[in-house]
Amino acid sequence: MDVSVKLPGLQLKNPIIPASGCFGFGREFAQLYDLSRLGGIAIKSATLHPRLGNPTPRVAETPMGMLNAIGLQNPGVKVIMEKELPWLAQFDTEIIANVAGASEEEYVEVVRALNASSVVKAYELNISCPNVKHGGIGLGTTPELAAHVTRMVKEAARKPVYVKLSPNVTDIVAIAKAVEEAGADGLVLINTLMGMRLDLRSAKPILANVTGGLSGPAIKPVAIRMVYQVAQAVHIPIIGVGGITCAEDVLEFLYAGASAVEVGAQNFVDPYCCVKIIDELPDVLRKYGIHSVEEAIGRSLK
Amino acid sequence: MEQERARILENKEIARDTWRMVLQGAMAAKMEAGQFVNLAIDGFFLRRPISICEVIDEDHFILIYKVVGDGTKKLSELCASQTLDVFGPLGHGYPIEEKEKEVLLIGGGVGVPPLYELAKRYRAIDARVIVVLGFNDADSVFYEDAFRRLGCDVHVATMDGSCGVKGTVIDAIDAAHITTDFVCSCGPLPMLKAVDARYQRGYLSFESRMACGIGACMACIAKDKQEADLYHRICKEGPVFPIGKVAFTWM
Repeated sequence: MDVSVKLPGLQLKNPIIPASGCFGFGREFAQLYDLSRLGGIAIKSATLHPRLGNPTPRVAETPMGMLNAIGLQNPGVKVIMEKELPWLAQFDTEIIANVAGASEEEYVEVVRALNASSVVKAYELNISCPNVKHGGIGLGTTPELAAHVTRMVKEAARKPVYVKLSPNVTDIVAIAKAVEEAGADGLVLINTLMGMRLDLRSAKPILANVTGGLSGPAIKPVAIRMVYQVAQAVHIPIIGVGGITCAEDVLEFLYAGASAVEVGAQNFVDPYCCVKIIDELPDVLRKYGIHSVEEAIGRSLK
Repeated sequence: MEQERARILENKEIARDTWRMVLQGAMAAKMEAGQFVNLAIDGFFLRRPISICEVIDEDHFILIYKVVGDGTKKLSELCASQTLDVFGPLGHGYPIEEKEKEVLLIGGGVGVPPLYELAKRYRAIDARVIVVLGFNDADSVFYEDAFRRLGCDVHVATMDGSCGVKGTVIDAIDAAHITTDFVCSCGPLPMLKAVDARYQRGYLSFESRMACGIGACMACIAKDKQEADLYHRICKEGPVFPIGKVAFTWM
């Protein structure tokens, strides 16, 4: 069965991509399976300078999910260019560089640096990470700001640009349309939903950052709804993400209008989940009378 | 590290809220003292990192865990003959320093279990092993006799004085005039801090809220004591670190 998908800059042998922040730079998972099996990898967010991230605790469990407030910890784009990308070059999989910044200029500078890498096939702009106090949250929450950073990055980028949208907004369709209008080559949705938990003994937030991003199966219906709505309003491809744990979930995202998917928190629960989903996908498609991934995309919209 | 369904052979309470689980699983052959496993519990999203208490043989191991919430409560309800999704062994354990003729092991509460396998390994190379165990009260004490049976010199402290010396492990060390200066410790943060302040040689094992357990998610970060911008992943570079390596500021 043909499970390949062709997207701007990306020739995916299958539609399964581990999500940024849930897979590091792949080194830990490479000890468990061959990363060449993956359609692509969205690597950990790159910022211009190294970031240590937030104090701990950085994670808390929730019903059917988890909260995280890592705070974009990463070694900075220079180290990623020197150490991580050359190492990733050994795998036959499409590398998507997730880019974050505290200002629009920082996104542009990171993208300029990454332009020189032949390993990176596309960019994913993280304009939605809810954890950075002076950064992402503002840019992803209004159509104007989202479009502006997209336009600036597009001018600098020599690879396709996917914009990862925040679900913490009133009208995600308006933002998606603005980002498309600004020249985005694709969309990734959704990022985490902002939440918090309180400790019953101390009456204090469990996360040191107070709030964190909710991920896991709990958010899948929200993600499906947003992909479904946005897919009807834009003409650029969508990579769906949010609570995927199995091949049936992938099919649901494809039906809603996603052309590929990212798998996030489930990698923590079952470190082999991406290859299991890849193995199961043809049978699940067959079960529902689908002959290729392409055929499933947007089926619920037709 | 590998994922397998280990068979539960025994799961019972050995002290207040403290449970001992005997498992059959091939990963036992690869386990080192101080490493941990990540357990999947039905109905709960994240795995639970639990330190390895004893490697019985290459196919059997023991975990001791404390019931602190709904997940560990569920774990305590599992019965013999049921299986459990175990991922491990994970992290770096205690290096065995063969030149040390005398080792002081300091454990607090649910930090005691990994010291048992460590004591076994030091006793196997004929090192003298002194063990100081700290608990809240007499009902919480466990493994005092197990360490004794290994031939360790065992001292107990309880905060309320209901068993052994009243006070902390440091009080028990002072009361027994223990002068051994090579130390391996595991327990609550204030205890590790006190051990870190008093000793220069040895290893500390840290606990943290974790997600992946393999170094990918960056949830369980600890700062380096010397270099401001250097961090360590407790699940990957740890949970065992040399004394003086980790800063306590962020925890």
